Amino acid sequence: MTGISTRFQVDTTEGGKQVLSVAGDWTIWTVAQIEEKLRNTKIAYDAILDVSQLEKIDTSGAYLIDRALGALEGIDDKIPIRGEHPTIERLLGKVRKASPAAPPDPIHPPGFIALLDRAGHGAVNAWQEFLGLLGFIGETAATVGRLIANPSRIRWKSVVAIMEEAGLDALPIVCFLSFFIGLVIAFIGANLLAMFNASVFTVELVGIGMLREFGAVLTAILLAGRTDSAFTAQIGAMKMRQEIDAMRTIGLDPMEALVAPRLLALLLMTPLLTFAATIAGIGGGLVAAWTAMDISPQMFISRFQEVVPPQHFWVGIAKAPVFALVVAMVGCRQGLLVEGDVVSLGRRTTSAVVQAIFLVIALDALFAVLYYMLNV
Amino acid sequence: MSFDTTTAHGKAAPAGEGEVIIRVRGLTNRFGSKTVHEDLDLDVMKGEVLGVIGGSGTGKSVLMRSIVGLHTPNAGEVEVFGQRLGKLSRDERIKVERRWGVMFQDGALFSTMTVRENVMAPMVEHTKIPPALMSELADLKLRLAGLELEAAPKRPADLSGGMRKRAALARALSLDPELVFLDEPTAGLDPIGAAKFDELVRSLSNALGLTVFLVTHDLDTLAATCDRIAVLSDGKVLAIGPLDEVRKNPHPWIQDYFSGPRGRAAVR
Repeated sequence: MTGISTRFQVDTTEGGKQVLSVAGDWTIWTVAQIEEKLRNTKIAYDAILDVSQLEKIDTSGAYLIDRALGALEGIDDKIPIRGEHPTIERLLGKVRKASPAAPPDPIHPPGFIALLDRAGHGAVNAWQEFLGLLGFIGETAATVGRLIANPSRIRWKSVVAIMEEAGLDALPIVCFLSFFIGLVIAFIGANLLAMFNASVFTVELVGIGMLREFGAVLTAILLAGRTDSAFTAQIGAMKMRQEIDAMRTIGLDPMEALVAPRLLALLLMTPLLTFAATIAGIGGGLVAAWTAMDISPQMFISRFQEVVPPQHFWVGIAKAPVFALVVAMVGCRQGLLVEGDVVSLGRRTTSAVVQAIFLVIALDALFAVLYYMLNV
Repeated sequence: MSFDTTTAHGKAAPAGEGEVIIRVRGLTNRFGSKTVHEDLDLDVMKGEVLGVIGGSGTGKSVLMRSIVGLHTPNAGEVEVFGQRLGKLSRDERIKVERRWGVMFQDGALFSTMTVRENVMAPMVEHTKIPPALMSELADLKLRLAGLELEAAPKRPADLSGGMRKRAALARALSLDPELVFLDEPTAGLDPIGAAKFDELVRSLSNALGLTVFLVTHDLDTLAATCDRIAVLSDGKVLAIGPLDEVRKNPHPWIQDYFSGPRGRAAVR
């Protein structure tokens, strides 16, 4: 990158022919300096190239010279060269063979139409996602049916492994979060109910809230965030490395080998996690009641037994298997939809978590309506 | 005007003369108890195409990774362009890195970018070329690497294996390097595609004066492109020289390698 500076000059010889004299280094490191000036200089296509002062040159420099001397207009004559240079002729030849025909510019529709276009695509995609999910539920049901008819095909080894990874390992975080939610509810309740001199109703608030709603929903949302992303990433990475294709070719059904164990493991673990979360939440409420309201643990528990009927427990825990199915199916489906590239892996993992959380909360609302109508 | 690629071997054999571009001395690499390289020496001359061969597990790729600095050897020194990589500051290292291009076995194209953006990536990082010219130069590199421009706006995942290799080569050539490392460039290509790739490497090396460090298993590639061949075995360079010389080496592995049916066909 030393020597004389990169420059060029156009002269006219006695014969009326133009001469393009190039000097200095014409490499990828230097061409930026002269590109614009060269582009704006009119040079006859039959000009002679003078390279006597040229130093280093590479394909970038050769491309610029070739472009300046009319290569892009489809002129295919050899460029006449004056002066000596060890590589210029070979480079020009190489570049000329490779250069012509700029690609057509992509067509950009105007903004408003593009907006409509994207909105339309978005709506169609959302509908197709929904249909796809329905299809997947059907496929899963068929697989589960086959497995029930032939239980020896259930892969207990992977079921247990996933139960540990997605269930047992999630226990601390589920309990921890639930404990704090219970604590927060109790504090809010204590303040509000104190206004009516009814702070002791905090027990009902925490108990019913935890048993009916928070135990199940908190667990499901945590599983959606923690386990769904893992399912999608695991299955998606296998898809990217063609492991899923390999499974199919040796007669292993991915639905049976990958989806069913995950489904079964979550189906078994989610109610247990929900139970643990509920207990932890009530524990949080108990601690809050004890420290802030002087309701002793014994009093809390005896009142709990008095005023909170066990049906609330069944109302909450009954939702857990449904949430488990949703979380497992969404995660596995998104994993199987991953394509060959990293971008789609990221997008599918995001979709898995978002869809699972959305469905959990939507289903919870449906449950609330159902329970209201059943009057439980 | 077209460059005649059939004169591939027409240029003066660079071995034994000219300057040394890569100098490896006393390189030792161990992974656990397994020694891959033991006191290995190797010189690569300016302008030559050096083919590195050896059985599986003889450390061909590790050698390449040690030279480009992706792997820190247990002992020994590596000099590229007369500079010891381990001793350089960050800025000096980047200066050296700009002078070489590396093509990985599976292409290692950035999957979030289009093919054209992949080729532009080194330019974006290291040069101040205006974007329009950068895109033109990227297209030039793609054409040089034998790709049609229809492939330029596509993502790497949408390309066939052979096209990905070509795109990877185009990216390796992006900054007009003096030295190119190719790891198994023809693995996984059909024989016709592989032969075209060989021709491409040879003609690029001639036209651009490239030095090429080529790791390969492909006997046809060795015969068609390499000026010299280095055989790795037992942690050392067992033999190095032009194909005809190396073939005469009595070492059993070399004899097995070249006198098997595939070897005989390739070097006939």
